[in-house]
Amino acid sequence: MTTSPTPTATATDEKYRGPAGELVDPSTTVLSARDLVKTFGRVIGLDGVSFDLKAGEVLAIIGDNGAGKSTLIKAVTGAIVPDAGQVFLDGREVHFRSPQDARQAGIETVYQTLAVAPALDIAANMFLGRERRRKGPLGSIFRMLDKSGMKTDAGKSMANLGIATIQNMSQAVETLSGGQRQAVAVARAATFATKFVVLDEPTAALGVKETGQVLNLIQQIKAKGLPVILISHNMPNVFEVADRIHIARLGGCAGVITPQSHTPTEAVAIMTGATTLEKG
Amino acid sequence: MSVDTQAPATAAEQFARRRQSPLQRIQHLLHAHPSLSPLMVLIISCIVFTIINPRFAQPGTISIILQQTAVIAALAIGQTLVILTAGIDLSAGAISILSMLLMANLAVNNGVPGFLAILIGIAFGTACGFCNGLLVTRLGLPPFIVTLGTLSIFTAIGLLYSGGASVGKAKMPDILNVMGTRFPIGPFNITLGVLVVIALAAVVGFALSQTAWGRHVYAVGDDIEAARLAGIQVNRVLLSVYTVAGLIYGFTAWVLIGRAGTASPNAIVGANLETITAVVIGGTSLFGGRGGILGTMLGALIVYAFNTGLALAGVDDQLRILTIGVLIIVAVSIDQWIRKVKA
Ligand SMILES: Nc1ncnc2c1ncn2[C@@H]1O[C@H](COP(=O)(O)OP(=O)(O)OP(=O)(O)O)[C@@H](O)[C@H]1O
Ligand SMILES: [Mg+2]
Repeated sequence: MTTSPTPTATATDEKYRGPAGELVDPSTTVLSARDLVKTFGRVIGLDGVSFDLKAGEVLAIIGDNGAGKSTLIKAVTGAIVPDAGQVFLDGREVHFRSPQDARQAGIETVYQTLAVAPALDIAANMFLGRERRRKGPLGSIFRMLDKSGMKTDAGKSMANLGIATIQNMSQAVETLSGGQRQAVAVARAATFATKFVVLDEPTAALGVKETGQVLNLIQQIKAKGLPVILISHNMPNVFEVADRIHIARLGGCAGVITPQSHTPTEAVAIMTGATTLEKG
Repeated sequence: MSVDTQAPATAAEQFARRRQSPLQRIQHLLHAHPSLSPLMVLIISCIVFTIINPRFAQPGTISIILQQTAVIAALAIGQTLVILTAGIDLSAGAISILSMLLMANLAVNNGVPGFLAILIGIAFGTACGFCNGLLVTRLGLPPFIVTLGTLSIFTAIGLLYSGGASVGKAKMPDILNVMGTRFPIGPFNITLGVLVVIALAAVVGFALSQTAWGRHVYAVGDDIEAARLAGIQVNRVLLSVYTVAGLIYGFTAWVLIGRAGTASPNAIVGANLETITAVVIGGTSLFGGRGGILGTMLGALIVYAFNTGLALAGVDDQLRILTIGVLIIVAVSIDQWIRKVKA
C-alpha cells in the first residue's frame, strides 16, 4: 500500500487517511470510500465500510451472500445514496444522487442484475442514456438519432474487445444467451468508462469459455489504464486477476489481502469468519 | 457470447437453426414487427366484410369509417405512449371532454376568441396530463389507481363546469368546427380532422422511433430498474409521457368538436376504454416496452371496421361487442406468446 506522504498540503489532510488510518496519496487513489453506512429498515447493508481503489489496479471484493458487496458498490456508483459516509473521486468529495451522476463522472457499472433493456437491440443498449444525434439540422432540430453510426460504433467496440462473435447489432437483447447479454453489458462499461469500471458478479452465469473471455476483458480494461472493481464468488478467478482483495463480511470489512499474501483457502476462512485477519 | 451469427460453428447450432418450425418463424417475425398481426387482421377482415356485403368497400363507407375512427385514434396515440411505459390511462376521454367543454364554453359564453379558447383548452388538457404524471412519479401510485381517480375527478369537473349543458354548433366560432370540414380526395370524403390525426400519428411515431426520448420511453416500459441503472431519469421520462398524452387529449378535443358538431359533456363516454382496446388490438404490450403508433392506428381502424362491417353483415349489436371482446383477448394472447420468443 502506498503510504509515502506526498509533499502537497492536502496529502496530510484527515480525509486522506486510509481504512487503516494510513495516509493515502490522492494522486494514485482514484476512489476512496470512508465509513459508508446504509440501512434498509432494520437490515444493516453497510456498517461503516471504507476502501480505496488505486490507479490501474483490479480490486476484487469477495464475501458471502448478503455480506454487502453489491450494496457497497451501489453506494459509490449512485444506485443508492448512503445514509452516512463520504466518497472521494480523485481526491474530491462527490455526492452521487443517481447512476447518471456517476456515469457522468466516468464511472461505469455492470450491476448484478445486468441492467439491460431486453426489448431494445444491442446497439440501443450500448448507447442507452447517451444516445448520439445525427449531424446537421436532422439532429439539432428534428433530434434524430444517428442509428447507423451508433450501430457501427457498437460493432466496433465489441470487436475491439474481442467479442466479434455477436455481429448483428440490431438483435434484441432478450434473444441473446445469458453470456452474450453479459458481454454486451461489460462491453458497454468498458467502452464508456473514463475513471473506473465496476463489475458485480460478471461471470456468475457463465461457462468456462465465456468466463475466460470476461476475465480477458478485465485485463484489457486494466491495460487501458482503468482500474476495475470486481465482485466475484469464484476464488480461482479472483486470485488470477486481482491485485488486492477486499473481504466483505456482515456489512463490514474483514480485511484487505493480496493474492501474494494469502492463499484462497485462507481468504475463504477470513470471509466466513473462521479466522480473523491480524491487523498491522 | 461465442455464438457466431454468420456461420454456425457447431453441429448443435446448425441443428438449432434447422429446427425452426414455421410457427417459430412467425413468432420471430411478429416479434420483430409487432404491427404485422393487426395489419393482417385488418386486411383479412376487410376482405371478408366485402365478400359478405360489397357495400363495405364503397368509398362512402370507408370515408365514414375513417371519420369515425379519427377521434379514438387520436386519443389512442396518447394512450399508446402511456401503455408503452407499462402504465395505463383511464382518464384519456375524460381529459378530452373537459378540454372540449372549456374550449366551447370560453368561446361561446365568455367571449374568448375562438383560437385563444382552443389554446387554453389544449393547455388545460396538458395540465391534466401533467397532474396524472405528478401523481404517478411523486407519490409513486400505480397509474391504474391514479387515472381511475382522475377519471372521476375530471368527469365531475366537466359536469360541474358545464352544468350538464351542451354547446351547440350554431353559436360556436367557425374555427372550433374547422376539423369537421369535409373535402373530397378522389372518391373519398375526408375531414380535416382525419388528416390532422394522421399527421399527429406521424409526428409521435417519429418521436418514438427516431429520438432518444422515444428510446427512453421504451426502455422505461421494458424494465424500469434497468433503465434507471442505465442512467435514464425515469421519473422525468414518465412525467413527460403523461404530459404529452394530456397535450394529445387536449388537442383531440378540437377534433372532437369538429366531429360531433356540438360540445356535450356526454360525448364519447366509452372513449376511455375504447382507446385501450385500440392500443391492445394494435399489438402494443400492456406490460410495456413493445409496440407503437402504427399498430395503434391499425387497432383503432380494426375496431371501427368491425363495427361497420358487422353491422352491414346484419349482425346483432350485442354480437359486435362480443366480437371486439374476443379480439382483445386474442391480441393479448398473441402478445404473451411473442414475448416468449427465444433466439
Ligand atoms: N433494497 C434492499 N432492501 C432491503 N434490504 C436490502 C436491499 N438491498 C440489500 N439488502 C440487504 O442488505 C444486505 C446486503 O445485500 P447485498 O446485496 O449487498 O449482498 P451481496 O454481498 O451483494 O450478496 P450476493 O453475493 O448474494 O450478491 C442483505 O442482507 C440484503 O438483504
Ligand atoms: Mg450482490
